[in-house]
Amino acid sequence: MTQFLARRVALGLLVVAGVVVLTFVIARVVPGDPASNWVGPHASAAQLTAARHTLGLDRPLPVQIWRYFRGVITGDWGLSIHTHQPVLSDLATRAPASLELVGAALLLALALGIPAGLAAARWRDNAPDVLVRLASVFGVSMPSFWFALILQLVFFQRLHLLPVSGDYDPSLNTTHPLAVHTHMPLIDALASGNWPVFKSSITHLILPAIVVGSYPGGVITRMVRASILDTLGEDHVRMVRALGFPERTVFARFALKPALNPVISVTALVFAYSLANTFLVEAIFDWGGLGSYAADAIQSLDTPAIIGVTLFIALIYVAANLLVDVLQAVFDPRIGLQ
Amino acid sequence: MKLALRDLRIAFGRRTVVALDELDLEEEEIVGLVGESGSGKSMTALAVLGLAGPAGATVQGSIALDGLELVGLPERKLRDLRGRRVAMIFQSPVSAFSPVFRVGDIFIRALRLHGIARGDAVARAQEALREVLLGPDLLHRYPHQLSGGQAQRIAIALAVALRAEVLLADEPTSALDVTVQAEIIDLLRLLRERERMSILFISHDLAVVAQLCDRVAVMRSGKIVEAGPTENVLQRPTAAYTSELIAAVPRLGTGRTA
Amino acid sequence: MTEVVLSEGELAPPRSLRAVLRANPLLTAAAALGVVLVLVALLAPLIAPHPADAGSATHPLATFLPPSSHHLFGTDPVGRDLFSRVLYGARISLAVAAAVIGFSILVGLPLGVIAGALGGIADTVLMRITDIFLAFPALLLALALASVLTPSVTNATIAISITWWPWYARLARGQAASVAGRPFIAACKALGLSPTRTMLRHVLPNSLTPIIVQASADVGGVILTAAALSFLGLGAQDPTPEWGLMVNQGQAYFATQWWLVTFPGAAILISALAFNLLGDGLRDVLDPRRVVERR
Repeated sequence: MTQFLARRVALGLLVVAGVVVLTFVIARVVPGDPASNWVGPHASAAQLTAARHTLGLDRPLPVQIWRYFRGVITGDWGLSIHTHQPVLSDLATRAPASLELVGAALLLALALGIPAGLAAARWRDNAPDVLVRLASVFGVSMPSFWFALILQLVFFQRLHLLPVSGDYDPSLNTTHPLAVHTHMPLIDALASGNWPVFKSSITHLILPAIVVGSYPGGVITRMVRASILDTLGEDHVRMVRALGFPERTVFARFALKPALNPVISVTALVFAYSLANTFLVEAIFDWGGLGSYAADAIQSLDTPAIIGVTLFIALIYVAANLLVDVLQAVFDPRIGLQ
Repeated sequence: MKLALRDLRIAFGRRTVVALDELDLEEEEIVGLVGESGSGKSMTALAVLGLAGPAGATVQGSIALDGLELVGLPERKLRDLRGRRVAMIFQSPVSAFSPVFRVGDIFIRALRLHGIARGDAVARAQEALREVLLGPDLLHRYPHQLSGGQAQRIAIALAVALRAEVLLADEPTSALDVTVQAEIIDLLRLLRERERMSILFISHDLAVVAQLCDRVAVMRSGKIVEAGPTENVLQRPTAAYTSELIAAVPRLGTGRTA
Repeated sequence: MTEVVLSEGELAPPRSLRAVLRANPLLTAAAALGVVLVLVALLAPLIAPHPADAGSATHPLATFLPPSSHHLFGTDPVGRDLFSRVLYGARISLAVAAAVIGFSILVGLPLGVIAGALGGIADTVLMRITDIFLAFPALLLALALASVLTPSVTNATIAISITWWPWYARLARGQAASVAGRPFIAACKALGLSPTRTMLRHVLPNSLTPIIVQASADVGGVILTAAALSFLGLGAQDPTPEWGLMVNQGQAYFATQWWLVTFPGAAILISALAFNLLGDGLRDVLDPRRVVERR
C-alpha cells in the first residue's frame, strides 16, 4: 500500500511541478510590466527598478522559477501585486469560502444525481429515464454565468424568495457578529452556535450551489446511469439472476456496489472543474472566495496571485485524484496494491 | 422426460434466433448441444430459466420440466426454481461471480434465498465444496483470487448444494486449459452418477462432447439439424453440416484435419 | 426499445442511414438542430434583419427597446438589433469551435497515434505532457493563458486550443495502443509491412470512432468555454457580437431589460445542448457492439 501511495504521490508532484513551470512561463511572456502594476502609474524610475528587484523580475527566468519553487516549499508563495499581501495568506482567507460553495454544490449534485441515475437505469427507456436524461444533458450544457443571472432574476427579483448575493446577511454583523475561524461562514456559524448567521448562510448558499452544482450533477447522473447499465449486462449479474434472486435485489445488492466505483473518480474530476467554474459565478453572487480573487488577479495581471491560484487548484486536483485511487483500491478488491 | 422442449421460437423483434422443434433431456442423461457461435444455443438455455425475456426476447412454445410448463410461468414461480431445480453454469467462471463479494457470501445468500437456514447453509456449502474436491477455505476468497478451474468447481458446487435436478452448462470448459477441462468433465460425470443430475452440455467443441455426452443435438442458425446418440451422430452423421463440423476438428498427430 | 449485446464474433448487420435515424429520435433531433445552427451561422448575413447591427452601428434613438415584431429580441444599450447580433453570434461560436477542434485533431491525433503505436519513450513522454495539461480543467488553463494575451476572439481561440488538444492526443493514443496490440497488427508486421504503412492503413482508421464522438460533444464544450472567456472580458470585445460578451454587457441592466441577457444566453444553452445530444447519439450508434431493436 505504501509503495503504491508513494508512487502516486511522486507522480502527482511531478505533474504539479510541470503545471507551475507552464504557468510561470506563460505569465512571464506577458506583454505588460507587473512591476509598473505594483508601483502604480505615477512611480519614478527608481521606484520601478526597486519594485522589479523586490518582485525578483530582474533575474533570468529559470532562476525565477527555481526561487519560486524554493519559496513554495517553505511557505512563501510570493506577494500579490494587487493586494500587496502574501499570496499564501490570501489563499488561506479566500479559498475556504469557495471550498464551502463547491462542497455544497457537490453534495447537492451527489444527493440528486445518484438517485436520478439509478432511477433512469432501473426504468430504462421509460418516463423516468427520459426525464432524467433530459435534465442531465441540460445540466452539462448550461452556461453557469447565465444560469446564475436567470436564477437571481427569478428567485430574487420576481419571487423575492432568496437573497441575491453575499454569503450571509451583512446586517447580522452588528446584531450577531460572527467569530471567524475557518473563513467558512456556514461552519463558523455552526461551530459558535450563531443560528441567525447559520440560517442566513444557508439561504445565501442555495442559489450559488445550484448553479455550481448543475454541471457536476449532470455528469454524475449520466455516469451512474451508464455504469449501472454496463454492470447489469455483466456476467456476474446474469449469474445471480440465474440463481433466482429477485430483480430488486439484483439491482440493489449485486449491481450497485461495482457500478458506483467509477462515480468516485468522476466526482474528483468535477470537483476541480467546479472550482474553476466558481471564477464565473462568484462575481455574480458577490461571493468572497477564490473565484473572485482569481478574477481580480486576472484583471490586474497579478502574476504571483494567478500562479498561486493555479498551483493551489492543481494541488487540490492531484490530491483528489490520489484520494480517488486510494478509495477505488479500498472498494474494489480487484485493484491490487502490491 | 426430465426436460422437454417443443416448438420453441425465440425472437428479437422480427429476427428469430431460435426455431427449435424438439429437444429432450432424460433423467440422469447428459445431452450435448453443439453448434457455432451465434447458433442460438445459449439463448435456448436462458429460455429454460425464463431469462430470455429480460434480455429482450419473445419466447413461444413449450419447455416442460417434469411436465411443468415453464413458458409463461409467473416470475415468482420461475425464481423459485432458478438455481434450485434448474441450475446454470457459464463460460467465464471467474467473471460469473460478483467481484466485490467473497465467493462464500454469494454461496450462502443463494442457499438462504431458497429457504435453507443459516446454520445448515454453511454446512451444506462446505459439504458441496468437498464433493467437488475443493477445500472449504476457498469460500473466503474473492473471485479474482481463484483460478478458472476453481471458480467453475465452485459454481458446480452451488448447483450441488441446492440439489439442482437439471444443470445447464453453457460452454463451461471453453475458457479453461485442456487439463483443467478434463477435470471438469470428470466432475460432471460424477455429478450425474452421484447427484443424479441431468445435464445439458452446450459447447462448440466436438471433442469434449464426444467424451462426455450420451446424446447430442447439432444446432445451426437456431434450428436442430441432427440429433441422436453421440456415437451415431459423430460417426455416421446424416446432416451435411454435422459432417462439416466433424471435419473441422483437428486430429492429433496427422498435421491436418480428417 | 430493447437492447441486445452481441456476443464475440457476431457483427451488427449494416443498416441504412434512414434506419439509423428512425431508430434514434434523439440523435435525429440533435442532428437537425445542429444543421439548423450551422445554416444560421452560414446564412446570417442573409437572414438577419439588420446586418449592420452585428458590427459597430449605433442607433441612439432605439436603445433598450423590448422585444417586438420589429426587433424580435429587442435592442441593446446602443440600439442594435439583438436578434441580428445573436444570429451573427452563431458564426463566431461555431467558427471558434471548428478552429479549436480542428487544431486539436490536427495536432493531437498524429501525436497520439504515433505514441500509442510505437510505445516506449515516445509514449511515456506524451503521457506525462498530457498529464500536465490535463492536471486541471481546460477553463482554468485557458483563463490563465487568455489573461496574458490581448483579449480578442482569435487569442481566446488560441488559448482554448492549447488546452484542448491533449485530450485528443490521449484518446488517439489509447485507441492506437489497443489496436497496435491486436493480433492482426502483429500479422502485418510479420508480413513485412512497414510500420508507417501499418499505422496509416490499419491503426488510424480504427482509432477514429471515439474521436468523432468526442468531437461532436466537444463543440458544445468549446462554445461554453469561449462564452465563459468572453463573459470575463478575456475573449471577444465590442463590437463583436459574441454571445458570452452580450451576456456580460447586459448584466447591469438585467433586472429591467431582461432580454439583453436572456436571448444570447439561451443561444449558448441551445447550441451546447444540440451538440452534446449529438455526441451522445453518435456514441450510442457508433458502438459496433450494440444493436438496438425496436419492439
